[in-house]
Amino acid sequence: MDKSPVNRKILSIAIGSALLLALPVLAGIAGESYLVTLFSRILIYALAAVSLDLILGFGGMVSLGHAAFFGIGAYVVGILSFHGFEGTPIIAWPFALGGHQSGLVLWPAAVLLAGAAAAVIGALSLRTSGIHFIMITLAFSQMLYYFFVSLEAYGGDDGISLFSRNTFPGIDLGNDTQFYYLCLAALAAFLFLSYRLVHSRFGMVIRGCKENERRMKSLGFSTFRYRLVCFIIAAAGAGLAGALIANQTEYVSPGLMHWTRSGEILVMVLLGGMGTLFGPVLGAITLLLLEEFLSIYTEHWMVYLGPFLVLMVLFAKRGIYGLIAGGNNNHG
Amino acid sequence: MGESLLSVKSLVKRFGAVQASNNFSLEVAQGELHALIGPNGAGKTTALNQLCGELMPDAGRVFFDGRQITRMPVYRRAQMGLARSYQITSVFEHLTVRENLSLAVQAHKGHSFRFWKKAVDDPVIRRAVLQAMARVGLEKRANMQAANLSHGEKRQMEVGMALAGHPKMLLMDEPYAGMGPGGAVELTKLIRKLKTEFTILLVEHDMSAVFSLADRITVLVYGQTIATGTPQEIRANPEVRQAYLGDEVNG
Repeated sequence: MDKSPVNRKILSIAIGSALLLALPVLAGIAGESYLVTLFSRILIYALAAVSLDLILGFGGMVSLGHAAFFGIGAYVVGILSFHGFEGTPIIAWPFALGGHQSGLVLWPAAVLLAGAAAAVIGALSLRTSGIHFIMITLAFSQMLYYFFVSLEAYGGDDGISLFSRNTFPGIDLGNDTQFYYLCLAALAAFLFLSYRLVHSRFGMVIRGCKENERRMKSLGFSTFRYRLVCFIIAAAGAGLAGALIANQTEYVSPGLMHWTRSGEILVMVLLGGMGTLFGPVLGAITLLLLEEFLSIYTEHWMVYLGPFLVLMVLFAKRGIYGLIAGGNNNHG
Repeated sequence: MGESLLSVKSLVKRFGAVQASNNFSLEVAQGELHALIGPNGAGKTTALNQLCGELMPDAGRVFFDGRQITRMPVYRRAQMGLARSYQITSVFEHLTVRENLSLAVQAHKGHSFRFWKKAVDDPVIRRAVLQAMARVGLEKRANMQAANLSHGEKRQMEVGMALAGHPKMLLMDEPYAGMGPGGAVELTKLIRKLKTEFTILLVEHDMSAVFSLADRITVLVYGQTIATGTPQEIRANPEVRQAYLGDEVNG
């Protein structure tokens, strides 16, 4: 067998990682320090896109509500640190629950709550498939969107501002470079976890369900449970991304979970390459950079992005990642 | 005949005005190869789908291995040892032969909520996959994508997948469909070999195959069992001749 696609893949990933590692230094040399902030945002969206790729690219679950979990993660951080700063309880009865400022508490809470929401939403949505699944995930995320819009105590439509970023032992989150490396570490950890996941026994079951769920059942798999757990893991990843974006922008609003945001994350996955794990990272970089630079020239930058997207979907089935890393196996 | 492994009692299934199963009954004894035949539209596939759990009957009961399974979900029946192969070959086209068989093995080696270790490196699975490949003669195709196999090879692999979990009984849905003469000879050889190890319910259209392979035959017409017996008895049964075999046997 020809080994070159494998080497090409490893080489692409190595170069990509090196560039991302060196980015703050390069930005310093170029004197464009805003790049560090921009790329922190990109890495956070990349994390959300990779988590969507788990259910979309490997599980075949086309969810148009993934931003709901992103938003939940962000609101957990927003609401808890709001109360943590004010020193007021979130609820006083039946037990007192106070806020917090530490990332060590808030981020796991964001992950857990996003996962819990996914357990409920998934348990209902995964009973359907195809277009119905798309619509029901969309409906749930819009329900959550309007729920937060109506939540006057936390700014409603306008959202809430954080007084500062969370605290984290050993790291000054207020420092943009340190925050950048934290985002990079979170993304790398999630990528590694996902990579192990899709090659594990669990991952094989998920991929089998994507291709032929009926056959999986007749082989003896309770496919619903496996798909639900996958849905929850993906949501937890999006929840972590949400917790990070709340810290990055120091601002949380319902817009984070609007269905267009889900669409944006979906586009990142498609653009980068579905079912490739690393592709969605490239998708996030491409989409957000295009948005950043095209919007300098025109407010209607989407007009230029549209045709580009159409061409990518038509001619590069495995997205940008497929073009760069080559290969055609669905192994990430 | 020994004790029944699969026992079907008066299944009824309606689709609107169509009575697809109309008091369909069937007894498959331990160790036999039982064929289920019937003219087009007799309700063979509907019957089979109710046995494996993809369809729920409106009335009637199904027993397998001493337990009632009438409303049991598909995957639990499979775990009990009721395996199925499909009429239209149903494999994972984008996975390799090894991965296809390894999924089939996995289904019967404990739960698969194992998130970390590489599935293909699991020694228990590996050994069973090698066995399964050897049984259906696909060792040389281990790393080929299923989509690139010939039709006959896919069929072989599908049988391999059904057998990977060491089932108690095999439901085969028209395995001869779409098969050339060469493939059919190979398949008959394979089924003859399987017959010595497994109880089989063979749903089939191909008459010559059924009569040479089956221990007993059940004839289904308009969703109803009209006769059960040895191939000789079925051949001689006037009702069956009239309803189904007609000139295929006489002429």
